[in-house]
Amino acid sequence: MQELVNIFVKSIFVDNMIFAYFLGMCSYLAVSKTVKTGVGLGAAVIFVLGITVPVNYLLENYVLQKGALSWVDPSFAEVDLSFLSFIMFIAVIASIVQLVEMIVERFAPALYSALGIFLPLIAVNCSILGGALFMQERGYSNIGEATVFGLGSGVGWFLAIVAIAAIREKIRYSAVPAPLRGLGITFVITGLMGIAFMSFMGIKL
Amino acid sequence: MSTETQEVVKSNEPLFSKKNRRLMSTPLNDDNPITVQVLGICSALAITVKLEPAIVMSISVFFVLAAGNVIISLMRNLIPNRIRIIVQLVVVASLVILVDQTLKAFLYDVSKQLSVFVGLIITNCIIMGRFEAFALGNTPWKSFLDAVGNAAGYGWILITVAFFRELLGSGQLFGIDLLGNATEGTGVYALGYVNNGMMLLPPMALIVVALIIWVQRSRNKELIEE
Repeated sequence: MQELVNIFVKSIFVDNMIFAYFLGMCSYLAVSKTVKTGVGLGAAVIFVLGITVPVNYLLENYVLQKGALSWVDPSFAEVDLSFLSFIMFIAVIASIVQLVEMIVERFAPALYSALGIFLPLIAVNCSILGGALFMQERGYSNIGEATVFGLGSGVGWFLAIVAIAAIREKIRYSAVPAPLRGLGITFVITGLMGIAFMSFMGIKL
Repeated sequence: MSTETQEVVKSNEPLFSKKNRRLMSTPLNDDNPITVQVLGICSALAITVKLEPAIVMSISVFFVLAAGNVIISLMRNLIPNRIRIIVQLVVVASLVILVDQTLKAFLYDVSKQLSVFVGLIITNCIIMGRFEAFALGNTPWKSFLDAVGNAAGYGWILITVAFFRELLGSGQLFGIDLLGNATEGTGVYALGYVNNGMMLLPPMALIVVALIIWVQRSRNKELIEE
């Protein structure tokens, strides 16, 4: 249990997707003009990361890794499909996003109208594929850890986009030098927030 | 019908007509993928601590973008509109696997440094963005030129950021000491110069890009946002 809490807190603050790895920056910059849209996209990212990371974990451990196919037949113990992982992960992500979109539309229309327009964007959000690849690289030991890592990364991304959206709403009233307006000042603010987030780096749980 | 006649007209153009050259030159500055179109930021920031990985990354993106743009452009009349995103992702993912395996075979050290960011070329927005915005509606040759221009625009930002970060952060370029040895205190270090360790930290990449944006937009007022 303590291990799970560790992974959760670590993936939110220490290994924050935006401030430590810059993943999902494109949609982070494009959709952070108001807090409302930021919250919508952030929630969709938590949702999709929480589903795709464990699914990709199963794929990695029961299909792709060296010897992972031995549950089918012992003679497959030498098969190593890990070179296929990129294409499998992205196919899983694209189809799950599509699936999630349809399910949410059918069973939770209110949620769909809130998340709807953001869901298709998410298939090409780097943080989703990044979550799967980090999960693969760090080799989490069971599916619980992978799920918690996915959710934690999503929450970290959510916090980052809501924070920057709130700042961008306020900064409209400030006298920013003209060439820096919009994109430039957003980069600077994200950099400063990144420096602030670095203070979590030394934390050992 | 109309597209057919258009293509006939276009095929009479010289290969490097003025219009085609513009396809290559505008993405360098006025329509730069990173600082103006805001595409492909993720990788641009994460792997610019040193010059070498930045150059390898630019070349990889160039290869994937050029090959992908041409392939998508050749298939543009065959791809059903509804599933085009998945088709595009499969094309990119296959090209990225080629790049990844090549890097692992010939440049193992750099491939370790780039870690997950090679895989993340798949979701690099530049690639999907150019497929959607250009390759789906243009001929292969034009798409190739567009890819060259955009990859170059991406590359020069990446290399500039990496140049300043490596030089100011560790006093090196390509891992070679340029300013003298920091630990032994030779060269400029003897005069009391100190490396700025901040430059090696990830957030500084954002600030350096912001400075490039500042310079670029002061020179071209049309790019200034409201």
